[in-house]
Amino acid sequence: MNTVVAAITYRALLGRRRIVLLLLLPLALIALAVLFKLVGEGDQRTTVLLLQSFALSTMLPLLGLIAGTGVIAPEIDDGTIIHLMSKPISRPVIIRTKFVVAVSLLALFATVPTYVAGWLLVGNEAGIAAGFAVGALVAGIAYAALFLLLGVITRHAVTIGVIYALVWESLVGNLVPGARRFSIQAWGQSVAGQITDSPFFRTDVTLGFAVPALIIVTLAGVFWAGRRLRGYSLTGDE
Amino acid sequence: MKIELSQVSRWYGNVVAVNDVTMTIGPGVTGLLGPNGAGKSTLLHMMAGFLAPSGGTVTLNGDRVWKNHQIYRNIGLVPEREGVYGFLTGWQFVLSAARLHGLSDPEQAARKALATVEMEEPKDRRVETYSKGMRQRVKVAAALVHDPPVLLLDEPFNGMDPRQRLHLMDLIRAMGTAGKTILFSSHILEEVERVAQHIEVLVAGRHAASGDFRDIRRLMTDRPHLFMIRSSDDRKLAAALIRDPSAGGITLRPDGLEVQATEFRRFARLLPKLAQAEGVRLHQVSPADEDLESVFSYLINRSTG
Repeated sequence: MNTVVAAITYRALLGRRRIVLLLLLPLALIALAVLFKLVGEGDQRTTVLLLQSFALSTMLPLLGLIAGTGVIAPEIDDGTIIHLMSKPISRPVIIRTKFVVAVSLLALFATVPTYVAGWLLVGNEAGIAAGFAVGALVAGIAYAALFLLLGVITRHAVTIGVIYALVWESLVGNLVPGARRFSIQAWGQSVAGQITDSPFFRTDVTLGFAVPALIIVTLAGVFWAGRRLRGYSLTGDE
Repeated sequence: MKIELSQVSRWYGNVVAVNDVTMTIGPGVTGLLGPNGAGKSTLLHMMAGFLAPSGGTVTLNGDRVWKNHQIYRNIGLVPEREGVYGFLTGWQFVLSAARLHGLSDPEQAARKALATVEMEEPKDRRVETYSKGMRQRVKVAAALVHDPPVLLLDEPFNGMDPRQRLHLMDLIRAMGTAGKTILFSSHILEEVERVAQHIEVLVAGRHAASGDFRDIRRLMTDRPHLFMIRSSDDRKLAAALIRDPSAGGITLRPDGLEVQATEFRRFARLLPKLAQAEGVRLHQVSPADEDLESVFSYLINRSTG
């Protein structure tokens, strides 16, 4: 970890319009929770539905994409990354710092709102709020690593990330059961399923598969991103 | 400290950007001169550890440069691209550089570096409000903050007004005199010879010439020059010129004479004398190939021929 790299990364992410994007979805989640509560739908079934299909399936991958790519891709695009890279700091340290920043942002903008939304609806009933918050956190860590890697290896990180999150995880994952085994979202739900004992929530990927998969994706993503940044080439206009 | 390049090449697919360059950059100011697209930035990026050579080696005092972040303790880099966080103030930007270097007194180092480039007054404004010249100076300050023995600058005078340019030139010269190893790239000969004791010329990716600025100036002056001449009697002037060996070839055109001068200095002295003796009035004498591209193409043909 390098505190100067972290401080610059936070300012770059939170100071730009990106913060609006980071706030929009969690605010929508909490607004929906309040709405359900007001119309008397504050039961376990509604809560699980909201957290599963909106918090974990839509909000989390999109925030993961914004935070994961946002901590590095714009700097590579506009060349400001050279300021960090022309210093005696190892490139993997730069990557690990940016990963920690992305994870912290996801914890703040995804995990906390997920817990708050669940708590608003059913309190601590059946461990739903806590379960989904933990699921969002572990999946958020893996998303941060994956999208950070994409931000380093391609200029089309956002497009590829959207295709992965929305087409592969949501569309294909819902139609083809086997595809869910290779979905960060499904792994997060497996972890959530271990904590909540609500009868309205079922997961279809075993914990024995989900936990190693989360660990491998996270470690491999951060490691590979570090390696790629180490061999980063600056190509001029020539 | 010295940077050594040994048979360095870099290609992108089938395009050769830098071709078999061997040179040593030692203490003092070295200018890397060449037209746009000659491979100057590619070469500089390889020296700065931002590009892997496709062939050959680049070392700093014997240590490999590529994938070695420790070299930045000794190198200050001023890239051509902006590379400055617009949301930081000039002070925050330079201070962050000092902290990234792990200096013991980063505030003091940042203050000193900003003073060196005369950026103390606007230091608390955000970089995005700066002019191009100010951004350039703040980048130089960030590169100097750890007082590196080696400084690499890619087209550092671009976008600076004449006063800032002179100031940076003085600064570079002073640092070179103090024993730092400084390399800067430029496509303007006048700029290079005002600052650099030593010049390396790169043309079309090849190392075309090397020497002190007098050698390079001589090379460029003594090459064959092409002149367009209009006078009161072109035919008479042509007949007089052809008798002298310094005029290599003469073509009579409807709009004047085209003269290939093989010996520039001799020809320059000869022409007015001859015109006077023959009673011919000169209306126009203009170099037809004085653009830098033709100077460089002469050099490259000379080095490969």
